[in-house]
Amino acid sequence: MTLLATPLHQVLALACAWLVLGALGLLRQDSVRWTTRILYPAGAIVGLALAIVALSAIFDPAAALVLPLGLPDLPFHARLDALSAFFLLLLGAVAAGVSVYAGGYFRQAQGTAPGLVCLYFHVFLASMALVMVADDAYFFMVAWETMALSSFFLVTCDHDQAEIRRAGYLYLLIAHIGAIAILLCFGALQAGAGDYTFENMRALQPTAAWATAAFLLALVGFGAKAGIVPLHVWLPEAHPAAPSPVSALLSAVMLKTAIYGLLRVTLDLIGSPLWWWGVVALVLGLVSALGGIVFAAVQTDMKRLLAYSSIENVGLIFAGFGLTLIFHGFGKGALAALALTATLYHCLNHAFYKSLLFLCTGSVLHATRERSLGRLGGLIRRMPWVAWCALIGTIAIAGLPPSNGFVSEWLLLQAFLFTPGLPQGYLNMLVPVAAAAVALTAALSGYVMVKFFGVVFLGQHREARLAEAHEAGIWERAGLAWLAAACIFLGLVPATVIGLLDPITRTLTGHGIGNFARGWLFLAPINAERASYSPILVFAVAALLVAAAWLGVRAFYHGRARRAAAWDCGFPDQNARMQDSAEGFGQPVRHVFEPFFRLEQHAPAPDDARPRFSESAEDRLWYWIYLPVARAVERLTALVTLLQRGRISVYLAYSFATLLALLLFAR
Amino acid sequence: MISLSGVAAQFTELALAVLLAPLLTGWVNQCRAWLQNRSAPPLLQPYRVLNKLFQKEVVLAYGASPLFRVAPYLIFGCLCAAAAIVPTLGTDLPLNAAADAIALVGLLALARMFIALAGMDVGTAFGTLGARREMLVGFLAEPALLMVLFTASLISNSTSLATIAATLAHKEFVIHPSLAFAGVAFTMVSLAENARIPVDNPATHLELTMIHEAMVLEYSGRHLAMIEWAASLKLFVYSCIGLVLFFPFGIASGGDWLGLVLALPALLGKLALGGALLALIEMLSAKMRIFRAPEFLGTAFLLAVLAMLVHVLLER
Repeated sequence: MTLLATPLHQVLALACAWLVLGALGLLRQDSVRWTTRILYPAGAIVGLALAIVALSAIFDPAAALVLPLGLPDLPFHARLDALSAFFLLLLGAVAAGVSVYAGGYFRQAQGTAPGLVCLYFHVFLASMALVMVADDAYFFMVAWETMALSSFFLVTCDHDQAEIRRAGYLYLLIAHIGAIAILLCFGALQAGAGDYTFENMRALQPTAAWATAAFLLALVGFGAKAGIVPLHVWLPEAHPAAPSPVSALLSAVMLKTAIYGLLRVTLDLIGSPLWWWGVVALVLGLVSALGGIVFAAVQTDMKRLLAYSSIENVGLIFAGFGLTLIFHGFGKGALAALALTATLYHCLNHAFYKSLLFLCTGSVLHATRERSLGRLGGLIRRMPWVAWCALIGTIAIAGLPPSNGFVSEWLLLQAFLFTPGLPQGYLNMLVPVAAAAVALTAALSGYVMVKFFGVVFLGQHREARLAEAHEAGIWERAGLAWLAAACIFLGLVPATVIGLLDPITRTLTGHGIGNFARGWLFLAPINAERASYSPILVFAVAALLVAAAWLGVRAFYHGRARRAAAWDCGFPDQNARMQDSAEGFGQPVRHVFEPFFRLEQHAPAPDDARPRFSESAEDRLWYWIYLPVARAVERLTALVTLLQRGRISVYLAYSFATLLALLLFAR
Repeated sequence: MISLSGVAAQFTELALAVLLAPLLTGWVNQCRAWLQNRSAPPLLQPYRVLNKLFQKEVVLAYGASPLFRVAPYLIFGCLCAAAAIVPTLGTDLPLNAAADAIALVGLLALARMFIALAGMDVGTAFGTLGARREMLVGFLAEPALLMVLFTASLISNSTSLATIAATLAHKEFVIHPSLAFAGVAFTMVSLAENARIPVDNPATHLELTMIHEAMVLEYSGRHLAMIEWAASLKLFVYSCIGLVLFFPFGIASGGDWLGLVLALPALLGKLALGGALLALIEMLSAKMRIFRAPEFLGTAFLLAVLAMLVHVLLER
């Protein structure tokens, strides 16, 4: 047992357990029962254990370890500190819910064999855990690339469809552009010492120019993984392509590994950020947040809608991170701690509500075989369990009290309100605008989520066969209930959760979030006079008032009700087609934010016998950045083919010329 | 920490809001009728309507889900909670430590989300149309309201509404130019949020122009009564926010019993004036097409941001 003495050992053992579970999937590759009844539930237990270990490790001092793995003279270094422990907690808790759900979800073998899916799934989980404990660039990159590859295979589970292969290709491409940037970032950080351990990078004090180069490379590298604009294009392709539990993990946890990496590099390895880096991150984050949510509003595929909403949330996380850097750069430690707390809290929240919603779409997909919002509707009557869980997720993601989403929004807005008073005049002007953008984004996410929930679960069935949709199975419901409960818990006791974040802010910014004079009931950062919030009290008062209203009406009047046809201003021939479609509900946003989109409309002529109307709203960046770059690359490769003659004598001549040239240099 | 007078003020305020809200609606309707040279309905007409609706049987559409049935109570509860936060009589309110200005906006947004979802629940053409338009108004009005409240928060260094009220009412009299911008923005937002002309018309049932009424078309009986009551509560809450931010004079400070008693006539007077003003604004403007609403609200939003900028640049 001495081997498992420290939390770090335990974390590594649990990651190995995931790898073993994955490998066990290969034993009976085609057995659905073997994977869904044994391996996924076992994986969920490992996830839960990881969460418990990480929870207890948050308050422990950092522990490091050299592993007897890796290349000769280049061993793997592992380290567990508060930041790692926090992200491991997030990974474990979300993975527990998603794995239980996966036990119900992967019921039929389609595309990739179930055993292989199980292997990729658990390797993906294990590699994310290893990313968070890696303590040298080599180990980090190995884990990072394992994560990218295993998730690529998961995204392309249904590889017989051309569009899914295309999505997988795009994902792999951008993942590798990001990986190269991260590799270069580590190169910049080691400052010529040739020592790639994080310990060395922490000790070194890079010059401002090198530090800036490292930061910008990290921003590109981790930004590509997090889906920050303009590197976001893979996200709305890859998330819908993957099976729902995988989409949940991609969005909830994998995006967070990018946030983890960014925090690790900027606040830990570089250590002394410059304030203007924060402005860059803040602006990028706000552009992503606003762009993401505006695009989410016009989507017609429920998983694409959620993918765009992930871009929005990552944008908000980046905005909080940027604010942290600004405060840190100006030496306002307590405020940096507040902004960092908001950032981390939002990471945690997004992980839970987004995985919850992705899993709900999975259940809808299973029950109806339909992903398009235009063919859903009315599912609250057929699958109430999924619908009410989705409602919790909807309220949370829209950032409404008393949910968890509101807590992080509240913290972020408070951080913005403290900003005036920075020594930079221009920054003080930027901040009201930034706060307005955050508020607008939050309000728009309410719009988007009403659209999501209303079109999928409310109203009449848009297709007749939806009347046969079945409720999710017991495993799926268990997974959903776990994540929904986590959302409620995080929303109601924020002060307790923030206590967990305290060690992180203390190590990274040197400050805690301030006094908790009012105890666990109240959230009062910095100063209770300034602002305080108590979700439990708000919830209790609102619930009491609702109950009083309900009972009062029954007591003083009556509770009679009768069913009849819908009134609808007396219009008799109602049908499901008269409800707003997904396009219709998104239309006002498309109208207001027209410059964001590249709109293509096809309207029928007046005398058209079979009139068809079609409209598509596409991302302008795709046409402005990606297609020109792709064309340039194609042109370059066309030049390379000039060299390619297909005759061996020509190739020998090339080799000879190269040899001569090298000899000249090496002389 | 929690004083007896605070608890008393809290309960009085809540009860006052719930009971007086229909009266305010009745008063606005009466003023509007006078200004339009019509004979006015009695002042207590909204109470009679509520009473009538409560007595009537509820007719539910086939297929209406449980969400449809609980939504009216949830909306009412949210707005009551919002009313409890806004200081109207005194600034020593125990609930103010639990919910600040951001939570107030959150509660209002939660109510809006439930009413929009309830509008979509039955799946009629008008219900979804109303829900879409309500959310359109909401996503521009909500950040504008938040920015107005932030301007006041920056002035008083606190997001707690009681502290804002205390600072604005009892500190030395300073003219804040930023509050002028905020005031215009707030007026525009409250017109839109309360389904008033020029954005919506509370009296219309003309299908193509309605917003609020379209969402609640399927409601009847006690459910409709709860929704109507909640709508008048919303008007009351917005009026009180306006009074706190721009005319906070007369609010009692701390646990001052005499002040609390004197605050009541001051509040009634201010509300009567505010209601008359609202009727006047409605009288003088024409209803806009729905696509002009984003422009109108966008202007309000920009004005609110401008208010914050003015404060940051000029008043620090």
